[in-house]
Amino acid sequence: MADFETQEITTDVLILGGGMAACGAAVEAAYWAKKNGLQVTLVDKAAMDRSGAVAMGLSAINQYVGLKDGQNTVKDYVDYVKNDLMGIARDDLVASIARHVDSTVHLFEKWGLPIWKDEEGAYVHEGRWQLMINGESYKVIVAEAAKNAIGTDNIYERVFITEPLVVDGRCVGAVGFSVRENKFFVFKAKAVMTALGGAVHVFKPRSAGEGLGRAWYPPWNSGSSTYFTLKAGAEMTCQEVRFIPVRFKDAYGPVGAWFLLFKSRATNAQGEAYMETRRDELEKWKPYGLVKPIPANLRNWLMMLDVMEGKGPIYMRTEEAIQKIAKSEGDEKAAKKKLKELEAEAWEDFLDMTISQAILWAATNTAPEEKPSEIAAAEPYFIGSHSGASGAWVSGPADIAPEEYQWGYTNMSTIKGLFCAGDASGASSHKFSSGSHAEGRIAGKSAVRFAVENSDIPEVDAAKIEEMKKEILAPLDKFAENKKDSSDPDINPAYMKPKMFMFRLQKIMDEYAGGVTAQFSTSKAQLEKGLELLTFLKEDSEHLAAEDHHELMRCWENVHRMWQAEAHVRTILAREETRWPGYYYRSDTPEMKEDWEAFVNCVWHPDNAEWEMKKVPIKRLFE
Amino acid sequence: MPSYVIPEKCDGCKALDKTACQHICPNDLMVLNKDIMKAYNREPEMCWECYNCVKICPTQAIEVRGYADFVPMGATVTPMRSSDSILWTVKFRNGMLKRFKFPIRTTSEGTAEPAGGFETEPDLNSEVLFTEPDSIGMDEMWTK
Repeated sequence: MADFETQEITTDVLILGGGMAACGAAVEAAYWAKKNGLQVTLVDKAAMDRSGAVAMGLSAINQYVGLKDGQNTVKDYVDYVKNDLMGIARDDLVASIARHVDSTVHLFEKWGLPIWKDEEGAYVHEGRWQLMINGESYKVIVAEAAKNAIGTDNIYERVFITEPLVVDGRCVGAVGFSVRENKFFVFKAKAVMTALGGAVHVFKPRSAGEGLGRAWYPPWNSGSSTYFTLKAGAEMTCQEVRFIPVRFKDAYGPVGAWFLLFKSRATNAQGEAYMETRRDELEKWKPYGLVKPIPANLRNWLMMLDVMEGKGPIYMRTEEAIQKIAKSEGDEKAAKKKLKELEAEAWEDFLDMTISQAILWAATNTAPEEKPSEIAAAEPYFIGSHSGASGAWVSGPADIAPEEYQWGYTNMSTIKGLFCAGDASGASSHKFSSGSHAEGRIAGKSAVRFAVENSDIPEVDAAKIEEMKKEILAPLDKFAENKKDSSDPDINPAYMKPKMFMFRLQKIMDEYAGGVTAQFSTSKAQLEKGLELLTFLKEDSEHLAAEDHHELMRCWENVHRMWQAEAHVRTILAREETRWPGYYYRSDTPEMKEDWEAFVNCVWHPDNAEWEMKKVPIKRLFE
Repeated sequence: MPSYVIPEKCDGCKALDKTACQHICPNDLMVLNKDIMKAYNREPEMCWECYNCVKICPTQAIEVRGYADFVPMGATVTPMRSSDSILWTVKFRNGMLKRFKFPIRTTSEGTAEPAGGFETEPDLNSEVLFTEPDSIGMDEMWTK
């Protein structure tokens, strides 16, 4: 076995991940831990200042309810989310986040995040729920508060978490390795809060070469949340509810400011606005097809229908929108001034969060006031925090959740001591950056309460840890033992490298599970074939090889992706209908069915390695 | 090729135990070639072009060349990040230049105080979070 020193850390509350939800958990847990004499430890695979999905920055905060000014109610937000997800949402969890999210946004402002204000000092809204920010340093600021709260001595950066430690159905820690030095880490804790991100690169991206990394969601989101919770034996939900964003084509620059702030239209190449010409199609998806705003997946779907009929390219009519706003200013001088403002806003939107889009516009000499820009549907992503919904099935808060949805500790999964937030918790979509942070806080507090009330840590069998260490380091051994058999370190009859493993996974998912080349369409027969090929892939994961720490991380990231893929395929297979046509279309069951207005949950049982699928009824919070 | 390192400008952050770009890259891409003491991006096709290496480099040795598989050549986007603002220079393929300056934070670096000045005394057994209900701006947390 590769020579890695084992370092064991025993703490009270262990936070896994370093993104928005983990930072929320850290600030909150630190406060309660201090009051109760407990310790909080955080593990991040990167550097907290710039880790997670907000690493580059953001140009907007997408969830702000505005409770104090009576702008909206908690119920308004619950209705919005439920409708956008075609009825599939946990009202209790959405309400739980919505009642705390303003508090989190107000903290961001105190910490130093510049939020746009109007002349009266009120926040500038991009849309009903969205606030405009100067968000280049959004993550730096949020990480700073988290670091100040728990202290840098309690933070482990560049440690990649691979497996949960579970004893008698209780999660008591996690193991992983340093991506910098020969160290294997064993973290033991009374409570574990996981927020290890969503999953990107499970499906084949549209780009083919260097641009592979230019996914809409960051490529370091490798399905670790799903893997960790699944392997612990936790019940998962909405594993079929992937998200396909429609963004500026290729560089995936944000469209929110264009649609919401600048009121731009999208049209096909003939100038027809598909949202108008295809309005009748929405009838088919009622009641959700008839709500306002029209659900994201249905907006996608109407566009996809145009694309399938050969009416593309599809354009964001930036030139129309800008001219319209400028004209509304009255005199020429005011219009000129307004145009200048709009231009800076439009560029900041890209520069804050998708710099590649700024490069692409500059490289194509794009003047948005003169010509429209192409938009397109990206590849599918797993992101419980945005308009997808995949994640673990967690307990709702005692004061609002229906009885069936609560088991003592808010945001605890069905595994005792294992808490989830952000992309790690499911059926609570549209939490975005601010709601993920708020949910992290909820879970962080709850984890401290669990640690106080369950102060023992069941002993983990040392032999079992040694066995895990051996398995986790196996790719290094595989390489060392077999490299002599080939003059090319990447091509060897005894092993495969993680990159090719990822490509194989992506090809299976793309072709059989409704990726880009399948025009997001699949069927029972396709999915069953896909599962057969995934089984071979799973067997071959034992032949992964790594030359160094970096490749060892890549090996495990791709194993994590593979498990996310399998949970996805099994869940699409179980749901015998099409509910989100703009996310995926089951060609053999093309209609939405009333008796499928339910959650589809799944559990992978660690004791017998069997999958169990469950249809779980939806309980509404409001009638 | 996403981010790349200009050899004449990179000094391998020689005074430090690891390079700044290696420290910050969210995807563990930047690495130091110790033979020549120059950093490089080991997996450019996994680069998100997040610019964190560009922004942090103490010698401005890192730039980004747009993904060659879909971006026409000749454009550059260059940041200059200070403690409170960022200045962007966008150079178009046709030579046109645009400059934008945006604020990045309203407080001094390092001063983010977790409670943000909100003072409350909630109970560990309630659903009310620390700083609440003050930080919500309401007298109490919403419940059904």
